[in-house]
Amino acid sequence: MQPIIRCRDLAKVYQLGDNRIAALAGVSVEIAAGDLVAVMGPSGSGKSTFMNLLGCLDRPSGGEYVLAGRPVAALADDELAALRNRYIGFVFQSFNLLARTSALDNVALPLVYAGVPAKERSERAVAMLEQVGLAGRAAHHPAHLSGGQQQRVAIARALVTRPIIILADEPTGALDSRTSLEIMALLQRLNRGGMTIVLVTHEPEVARFARRVLRFRDGRIVSDEVNVPEDAARLLEAEKVPA
Amino acid sequence: MNLGALLKVALRALAVNKLRSALTMLGIIIGVGAVIVMIAVGAGAQARVEEQIRSLGSNLLLVLSGATTSGGVRLGFGSNLTLSEDDATTLSRELPEVIAAPALRGSAQVVWGNLNWSTVIFGITPEYLEVRQWELAAGRSFEPADMAGAAKVCLIGSTVAKQLFGGADPVDQVIRIRRVPFTVIGVLETKGQSMMGTDQDDLVLMPLSTARKRVLGVGTLAKQRSVGTIWIKVRDGYDMKAAEEQVRRLLRQRHRLQPGQDDDFSLRNLAEVASAQEASSRVLAMLLAAVASVSLVVGGIGIMNIMLVSVTERTREIGLRMAVGARMRDILGQFLVEAVTLSLIGGLVGVALGVGSAFAIGQFAGWRIELDFEAVALAVAFAFAIGVFFGFYPARKAARLNPVEALRFE
Repeated sequence: MQPIIRCRDLAKVYQLGDNRIAALAGVSVEIAAGDLVAVMGPSGSGKSTFMNLLGCLDRPSGGEYVLAGRPVAALADDELAALRNRYIGFVFQSFNLLARTSALDNVALPLVYAGVPAKERSERAVAMLEQVGLAGRAAHHPAHLSGGQQQRVAIARALVTRPIIILADEPTGALDSRTSLEIMALLQRLNRGGMTIVLVTHEPEVARFARRVLRFRDGRIVSDEVNVPEDAARLLEAEKVPA
Repeated sequence: MNLGALLKVALRALAVNKLRSALTMLGIIIGVGAVIVMIAVGAGAQARVEEQIRSLGSNLLLVLSGATTSGGVRLGFGSNLTLSEDDATTLSRELPEVIAAPALRGSAQVVWGNLNWSTVIFGITPEYLEVRQWELAAGRSFEPADMAGAAKVCLIGSTVAKQLFGGADPVDQVIRIRRVPFTVIGVLETKGQSMMGTDQDDLVLMPLSTARKRVLGVGTLAKQRSVGTIWIKVRDGYDMKAAEEQVRRLLRQRHRLQPGQDDDFSLRNLAEVASAQEASSRVLAMLLAAVASVSLVVGGIGIMNIMLVSVTERTREIGLRMAVGARMRDILGQFLVEAVTLSLIGGLVGVALGVGSAFAIGQFAGWRIELDFEAVALAVAFAFAIGVFFGFYPARKAARLNPVEALRFE
C-alpha cells in the first residue's frame, strides 16, 4: 500500500544560545495508510519533535518529509496551515478546547478556516459528535463535560475535516484508566474504519492497542516492532461483567 | 474567515472579560467624548466670531477724521472733522469698486413719553444702510425727500426700541431728541455685539442734513459739509488692499497733502481686524481638538496594553487555531477586529457622551455649541484608526507565534 507518510533522514536542530541541540538526528520511516502506530520513548527522546514535524507544525532542519505524496519541507507558513487543515487531525493531552464555546462550535472550528458555509459546518459537526457518542451534548461548554467527553469532542474536531491522518499526543495522559480505555476503544474503532492514526505515548498500557510500535531514544528510532493489538472495546466489556 | 465571523468571535472574546473590556473602552469613550465636546465648543466660538464679522460687514473700510492738536493737547481721531460729505461723493464717483457713506456721530438723550435713553445719533445718507448691509425689521427707510428736506424722521436700533417702547410698536411714534420731535419711520434689524463688545443696536439714524441742522450741528463746523467718518464698502470681487490704497491716494489728493506729510485721517481695514480674530479663534479650536486627541491616543495605548495581555493569555488558543488550519492572516484579523471592535464601540459610546455633554454645556454654561455630522464622523473615524494602529502590533505578535511553542505554552 502507498505510504501516507514518508520520512528520510528527518532532522531537527534547535539553537539554544551557543548550544546546538539535535532533537531529531536522522529519522527514516514510512507509515502506511490504515495503520495505528504508537510512538514511544522517554522524554527528550525526540518523539514530540517528530510529531510536530509530522503535523506540519514545524519545519525540519534537514531530511525529507512527504505527506500524502507532497514534499512538505519547503512549504510556506500558510501552505502548511492549509495542509494541517485539510489532511491532519490533532488530538492533544490537554484537549485544547476553546473555553466558553459549545461542543458544536469547537468541533466546527476547523471548518471555519476551511471556508465551509455555516449551515454545512454545523451539520457536519453534529454528525461528528454523534460518531463519538456525544449526540446530546452539542450545546454543552467544555466546563460542563467530563474529561473523557472533552477528549471525545476533541476527537470529533480532529475528524470533522475528513483528514487522512490523526495525530494524537498523549491522548489519554489526562484521563483515568477506565476513560483511557474508552478513548482507545474509540480510536481503535476509527482505525478499523480505515483512519490512519499515530499516537505518542509513554505508557505501555496505551501502546498495546497499536498495530505497530516505534521507540525513540536520543533523536533516533531504536526499535520498530509490529504488535498484535489488544481490543480495548472487549477489555471494557470484560470490566463491566463483574461490576 | 469572513468579517461577520471575525466580529462574532471578537464580541465573544470581549464578553468573557466584561469589566476589563469596559474599562479599556473607557479610555476611548473619554477621548472621543472630549474631542467632540472640544470641537463643538471651538466651532461654536468660531461661528460666533464669523457671525460678528458678517454683522460688521467683511469688506468694510472705515475712514476717521484726523486728530487735532490744541495747545499741545492732542485729541483723538475725529476731534477735527477733516472729512466732508464731498469726500464721500467723490470716492463713490471716482472709484468704481467702492460705495462710500458719510456719517456724522453724536450722542443725545432720546425721550418718548416718560421714558428716556441716552444713545448714539448718526447722521447718514441712504448709502449707509447699504454699506453696513443693514435691513429693516419694521417700517420704511429714508427717501430722497427726507434727505433733501432735512425731515425730522429717524430709524432706531433694536436696543433703543426695546428701551423706549418695550413691547409697543415704535413705527410712526414721535420721540424727542434734544427737544426736537422726530417721527420713527422704521426699526433696524438686530445686529448684536460688535467684536469690541459694544452694542451695535444702541443707536438712532437720521438724515445727515437733519442731524447737522437740527441735532448735532451747532457751531462753526455745521456750515461746512464735514463729517466724522466715512464708511466704505468694497464691492465683491475687488481686492481690499488695492481698494484701501486707492481710497488713501484719493483722499490725500483731495486734502492736498504733500508727499511725506502725515494723513489727516485714519483709514482702518475692519476685515483685517476681523480675520485676525477669526484666525486666533480657529487656532484655539484646533488647539482644543489637539489636546482632546491626546486623550484619545492614551485610550489607544490602553487598548494595545490589554490586547497584549489578551494575546499572552490566549497563546494556547492561538496555537490550537493554527493547528486546525488558521493562517497568519486569520489570527491577525481576529485580534485586529477585536481591537477595532473595542475602539469602535468605545467611539460610538463616546459620541453619545460627547454630544450629550456638548449640549449640556451649551445649555448650562450658555456657550455657543456648533456640532456638525462631519465632526462626529471624524471622531469615530479617528477612533477606528486608533484601534487599527494600536491593535496591529499585538495582532501581529499573535499571528507570528510559533504553533509548537504556542500549544506548549502554560
